[in-house]
Amino acid sequence: MNVFAAIGRVVLNFFSQTGRLTVFTADAVSGVVRPPVYWTLIVQQMIRIGFFSLPVVGLTAFFTGGVLALQIYNGASRYGAETFVPVVVLVGITRELGPVIAGLMVAGRVAAAIAAEIGTMRVTEQIDALTTLSTNPIKYLVVPRIVAAVISMPILVAIADSIGVFGGYVASTEALGFNGAVYLGNTVNGVTYDDVSSGLIKAAVFGFIIALMGCYNGFHSKGGAQGVGSATTNAVVSASILILAANYILTSVIFSHG
Amino acid sequence: MADALTPKVELRGVKKRFGSKIVLDGLDLTIGRGESLVVIGGSGTGKSVMIKCVLGILKPDAGQIFVDGKEVTKLRGGAREDVLRKFGMLFQGAALFDSLPVWENVAFGLIQGHGVPRRKAKDIAVEKLGKVGLGPDVAMLSPAELSGGMQKRVGLARAIAANPEIIFFDEPTTGLDPIMADVINDLIVATVKDVGATALSITHDMVSSRKISDRIAMLYQGKIIWQGPTSEIDHSGNAYVDQFIHGRAEGPIKMEVRR
Repeated sequence: MNVFAAIGRVVLNFFSQTGRLTVFTADAVSGVVRPPVYWTLIVQQMIRIGFFSLPVVGLTAFFTGGVLALQIYNGASRYGAETFVPVVVLVGITRELGPVIAGLMVAGRVAAAIAAEIGTMRVTEQIDALTTLSTNPIKYLVVPRIVAAVISMPILVAIADSIGVFGGYVASTEALGFNGAVYLGNTVNGVTYDDVSSGLIKAAVFGFIIALMGCYNGFHSKGGAQGVGSATTNAVVSASILILAANYILTSVIFSHG
Repeated sequence: MADALTPKVELRGVKKRFGSKIVLDGLDLTIGRGESLVVIGGSGTGKSVMIKCVLGILKPDAGQIFVDGKEVTKLRGGAREDVLRKFGMLFQGAALFDSLPVWENVAFGLIQGHGVPRRKAKDIAVEKLGKVGLGPDVAMLSPAELSGGMQKRVGLARAIAANPEIIFFDEPTTGLDPIMADVINDLIVATVKDVGATALSITHDMVSSRKISDRIAMLYQGKIIWQGPTSEIDHSGNAYVDQFIHGRAEGPIKMEVRR
């Protein structure tokens, strides 16, 4: 009997969590188009989410681009195809690694911070206080973070793409003996609209996931410090998993036409 | 329209449970206009849940809640926000927004809920801070820089900032030293009179209850088991009330102590 009860509990919990997340997401998305819009908060959040993530995303992108060049050179040189290194680095960075690495880094940095901040507000009754002051907490806390993340992430990824390609350039010219002008020429000739735009679309979706997971877990945290701690962990873990899953789906949808 | 005889706030048969735990079990309570009612009861008896049901933060499972004779139980969105503009609330832990300076905490409801321009709202915030004995120098500080007592005062200033018709006080003196608790009690009495508001406080502090109330009601096992004028609390003839107000371990109320 206990086994069935345990299975039942897990199933019910899964459905109640899914339902709660769906309602929360619907509230948040509808909040974007309903006034009031808190412009100041959106700008503040863009600075926190986008601008302050720049160093960590930039550094990661630089080293990822470099490593990518080294490994592609390693494989390509077996077939005498070293000239493809610039374009494969470009495609790898813009289509996949730029958005995914930036997404995961920002998930670690921002989803955690959002969940901790909103979680603390929940357990100290600050969210209830917002309600009593005739302010909708979803519109005041959640919508600005989601809007800011959806706008910031593509900008961040565009910068990360450039830095990643630059990392590949530095590794290729310094360690692999490529001619700088030829490398850049191959990169510029190889870049397509789809390469960059697909990565930016992914970035916007990842931004949405990061902010949503941070807000949702923070909003529903309970207990005290421990509750906020687990909300923070859950935010990062769920955002990271959803980013990777969404990346697979987006890649298969965007590039399904070949 | 609500006339002078219509209760300011009325709860009829309100029920609320969390899982298998029944917190409110058909609670009936009426708060008259301009009255200061204190609901007493032990920890975990559902006093805070009751207040949160009135404010719409929690949804009751059954029963009705009326404000100015109008049912508000199922209101949502803008209609709920309109009703909430009548309320001010002092939270147990003050619940100040730590990302905002003190003045903006006090002015928050004016700016966001009532559309008052920031500059004017700041002047009102400084004036309200003065009413709770805090100088203009405090206005620019962050809530984290204040002591517990000062945070409570800022919370009180925030509760009265928009001249609400109804003010709720959730454990206003808990966690304060006796002198600061008395200061807060005096401020509550003065500010409620000053604003001319109806007040509902929940507390287990009997000194505070006697000082700030016109009438006292006792909540036990999800129901109001006694209510009457504050002057009659010592002669209630109710064994539960007697045990509670004298703080006796022996009596009909048994503490649930789990092993």
